[in-house]
Amino acid sequence: MSESEMVFSFLTKLNALTGGLFLLCAFGLVGIRQMLTCLRIYVFQALLLAVSAVILGYYHASIHLFVVAALTIVTKVFIIPWVLRQAVGYESYAKREISQVLNIPTSLLISIAITIFAYYIAGPLLAANGAGAFEKVNLPIGMASLLIGAYTVTVRGEAVPQLLGILAMENGAFFAGISIASNLPLIAELAAAFYVLITVLVIGLLAMRIHTVIAKTAVGEMMALREE
Amino acid sequence: MELLYILIISLLAAALSLLPVGKRFAPGVTILGSLAVFLLSLRTALATAAGGEITAIADYLACDSFSALILLLVAFVGLTAAIFSWGYIATTVGETDDRKIRRYYSRFNLFLLSMLAVPIFSQLALVWIAVEMTTLLSVFLVSFESTPQALEAAWKYAVLTCMGASLALIGILLLRWGMGPSPNVAFTWAGLLAASPQMPPALLYTAFLFILIGFGTKAGLVPMHTWLPDAHSQAPSPICAILSGIETTAVLYCIMRLLPMFQGGAAADIGKWFIIFGLISAGVASFLLIQAKDYKRLFAFSTVEHMGIIMVAAGLGGYAAHFGAMMQIVSHTVTKSLCFFAAGATLMATGTRNIGAIRGLIRISPLAGTFLMVGGLGIAGAPPFAVFLSEFSILKAGIMNGQYLVIGLLAFFIAVAFFGIMLQINRMVFGRPEIILMDESALQFARSTAPKHYILPLACIIALLATVIPVILFGVYLPEQLYQLLHQAAASLGRV
Repeated sequence: MSESEMVFSFLTKLNALTGGLFLLCAFGLVGIRQMLTCLRIYVFQALLLAVSAVILGYYHASIHLFVVAALTIVTKVFIIPWVLRQAVGYESYAKREISQVLNIPTSLLISIAITIFAYYIAGPLLAANGAGAFEKVNLPIGMASLLIGAYTVTVRGEAVPQLLGILAMENGAFFAGISIASNLPLIAELAAAFYVLITVLVIGLLAMRIHTVIAKTAVGEMMALREE
Repeated sequence: MELLYILIISLLAAALSLLPVGKRFAPGVTILGSLAVFLLSLRTALATAAGGEITAIADYLACDSFSALILLLVAFVGLTAAIFSWGYIATTVGETDDRKIRRYYSRFNLFLLSMLAVPIFSQLALVWIAVEMTTLLSVFLVSFESTPQALEAAWKYAVLTCMGASLALIGILLLRWGMGPSPNVAFTWAGLLAASPQMPPALLYTAFLFILIGFGTKAGLVPMHTWLPDAHSQAPSPICAILSGIETTAVLYCIMRLLPMFQGGAAADIGKWFIIFGLISAGVASFLLIQAKDYKRLFAFSTVEHMGIIMVAAGLGGYAAHFGAMMQIVSHTVTKSLCFFAAGATLMATGTRNIGAIRGLIRISPLAGTFLMVGGLGIAGAPPFAVFLSEFSILKAGIMNGQYLVIGLLAFFIAVAFFGIMLQINRMVFGRPEIILMDESALQFARSTAPKHYILPLACIIALLATVIPVILFGVYLPEQLYQLLHQAAASLGRV
């Protein structure tokens, strides 16, 4: 085996490991009730996204992906957790356990079904578009994380966990994105990082407003507006 | 360069409205800014009516006929909403709270900026960001009144549309993947159209479905519509006019832009998705209209119904149906903004949003009553208003295509919605004047049988008059330039 082949095989394995951990984080966000732990898992997931971007960036010799990795670390590992603590306040998420409409074992089983479904839709795409080793890992795992995030938002009735679900969805989309659309212009990547920040800021502030007006953040219990 | 100026002007207006100089400054700047934006958009629209594209920055900022049409509509609703806000916000917020008023206008301008960016951007990744910015920048406008209901509506709005955003993002990234690894291809609407014959059909199809579900959430298609009646009824009326009149349509524009990428059998498949989602939306919304108890909610459901009609028209295929879809976009936008301005006027005159609580509006405030009646008739699709003409041309195109079942169902839903809207509006507008208000503290109903005569602020009357002109005019006559613009836009939906 030549040296470049060895590097390639090493990078593929490293990326597969990152992908596996990434998916595990998505499951963790479904399966863990403590809010602070959920936030930590989210940060770790973002870190894995950055690791995968660095691996791909090294392989493709693409400066864009390094920028993505740097932006991810700055925004999602440092700024977002800080903003969440500021906006929502320690007491409203640190101690609390999250209530969930469906219990955790059922949720984990549904997440497994979602993952299989993600592989099922990603399969034909990978075959049709001549995918390489990295796409084969990143696309289905990104999709699975996206859909599991959507599931989390639906079953959790609290403001911060819903926001974390949305952010996990975004992580999933970006995880797929770094492998399949690594050549987006830089401005789009900067705008995307900015967009994620604005999302957290807006939804965080809104959660704080809700907290001050109706003295709780159980958004799932807000039922004034509906059809009779 | 008009396109760049449009964006810069609204950004400037947003910054200037924060300056604490006088009560009239922020609304004044907003109206002037949106007037300038409207004139520039009109110029752009006229330039593209003959076909061709206007480019400000290659691969990033460009407008063809379809996007110019949306741009013009955004600018029109933006201008009228800015004028309406002058009267509405001063009355509802009260002259005392200067900071709140300035914040409102600043957010209004930022929201308008993001709306204008949707048609102006041609780079798909940026279009996606612009669409999401329209949500994030309008969340605090929806929750502006800070009541528990408004906050609930804003929360649902933010969370559901952000979920949709991520789904649409993966669709857009898949499209970029299909265009090949070369960094030099332009990821624009035009570039995508050129590259689409080489893209694997499975990939195009999957990307389309992700985008349909993702952006469909924001366009208010059933079953992802649950946030729409809440957000569109709780926001202040001028904002409702923008949200309902044009924001939904601007997102629909992004979905419709994907249509010409599909050819032959694939086009028919995609058309079916449009028709299925359209019929479900129109059907569910037309029956939900009947039981609405809040007149702003009534109009919000009517928006879902109209999005359904546009979807069906786009899915029918063929030039005639596409032309009908374009006309429907125009007539819905102008009529729906009239409806929400009239609803705002009614709210100012009566102080309640409850349909059952208002009788004889035409005697309490003759202007609000008349405009509400015209808006109701217009949006329900009575002749001779604009919506009648566009709905009629869609039904006609469908019959020519031989889609009898689809057209039969659509006509039925339109008829149900007509009776639903007219029944409710009639009850409110005519009869002996009476307002029933609920006394929050005593939890009792207070019936006032001789309500005070209410006179609308002048700015509101001007906005209502400016909006009612196209509602009536386009029902009987389409100006030649507008016809050309619609023609070009409809042609761009089919494969050349």
